[in-house]
Amino acid sequence: MAKKLIFDSFIKALDCVTDNSSIMIGGFGVQGGQPTKLMIALRDSNLKNLTLIGNVAGISMITGYGWKKNDSHKIIDQSIFFENKQVKKIICSFPIPAQRDPISEIEKAWINKETKVEIIPQGTLAEKIRAAGAGIPAFYTKTGVGTIIEKNKETKIFDGEKFILEHALSADIAFIKSDLADENGNLVYKGASRAFNPIMATAAKITIVEADRIVSSKKIDPERIGTPGIYVDRIVSENIDLS
Amino acid sequence: MTYPKKLTKEDIAFRASLELPENSYVNLGIGLPSLCAKYLDPKKNITFQAENGILGFDQIAKETEQDENLVDAGGQFLIQNPGISFFDSADSFAMIRGGHLDVTVLGGLQVSQNGDLANWMIKSRGIGSIGGAMDLVVGAKQVIVTMEHITKDNQYKILNQCNFPITGINCVNKIITDIAVMEINSGGLILTEIAKGWNIDDVQALTQPRLNISNKLGEYKIR
Repeated sequence: MAKKLIFDSFIKALDCVTDNSSIMIGGFGVQGGQPTKLMIALRDSNLKNLTLIGNVAGISMITGYGWKKNDSHKIIDQSIFFENKQVKKIICSFPIPAQRDPISEIEKAWINKETKVEIIPQGTLAEKIRAAGAGIPAFYTKTGVGTIIEKNKETKIFDGEKFILEHALSADIAFIKSDLADENGNLVYKGASRAFNPIMATAAKITIVEADRIVSSKKIDPERIGTPGIYVDRIVSENIDLS
Repeated sequence: MTYPKKLTKEDIAFRASLELPENSYVNLGIGLPSLCAKYLDPKKNITFQAENGILGFDQIAKETEQDENLVDAGGQFLIQNPGISFFDSADSFAMIRGGHLDVTVLGGLQVSQNGDLANWMIKSRGIGSIGGAMDLVVGAKQVIVTMEHITKDNQYKILNQCNFPITGINCVNKIITDIAVMEINSGGLILTEIAKGWNIDDVQALTQPRLNISNKLGEYKIR
């Protein structure tokens, strides 16, 4: 079976990423399922002019949203890339907290015109990514009809109802977080930490997986595989045991 | 003009919980709508959906028991009890957009008399968060909006036409506020319940469109 590139260094796992890359960030935008160590390595790489694609973005560091209260983890979210002035554009569904004070890093970057922010309904975002991974160039949806989302888009009537044509969304790179990975790139997720991970894994030229543990395929139950290895290019973990 | 006392957020959440049918699948929005779960009669066998990919959760975790892989879309940590299931965002929104959810309860900034909802951006801010709201309002069979009847600076929230960017058109079936319950159909707004101490004229004064009065008009049900 096809073996994957396995790394024990998050910085080295990113040596295929360049300035101007478009990068999908998996998970939902909470602690679980977020490829946090890959994100820190990307921040430390100082790569510039990035286009980021995520779901909830930049909310946790300002509100604590979705992070456990009972441990000492430093809360990390996509704000770190805006603090470090790395982002040309972000495409996401939820970049702005309800409260305006204190102001979030994304809103600050948007006000200062350092970053473009494209806000997409969450289901449309998921379907655009799924479509890209499945070779579907575009699809019709009812979501957003009559709203700002419809602006400048083709529409069509089916059975008397109006639908919007939405296009597939792919990227150069996807950052994925899994619980387990094996040497063939098969991934096992835990609980609610799937979210955007399985679809983003299918939609990028290079898919890089941050796994809590990399284990031998002998240790993985094939019935539990959430992402088959064909979608995966690189795997990185601090915890590798292929015995 | 002084008005009688308004009801609390807890009262609104309780009232909304009465709207959830037995054996239904329900998605509750962040904030006030999520409080509905607290007042639900367990005998109704309601299954909650969280758009990050969970169906069938029924218990919030204590701070000492939080698991990073068990969190709902509002950021509440959950307990993994039997009957729960997990799935990814594509499946989650197939459920929502495919018409499989019975009810969604959402917050609102503005609702118009024909059932347009605005709840994702305050116009003057110029930027906001859509999240799953635009999908929920087109996908769920019933859309209930819970909100205060007017803004903190006494502006209408129930309007002839929304002036904030909208989330969906003709999508709201019912509005539950801190003074009244209203249904929306092709004829416009129908006042069905009024909070104790309030009268039709008071509610109309705080509502821009003309209210039709239900022939079954009753008192707002509280705990």
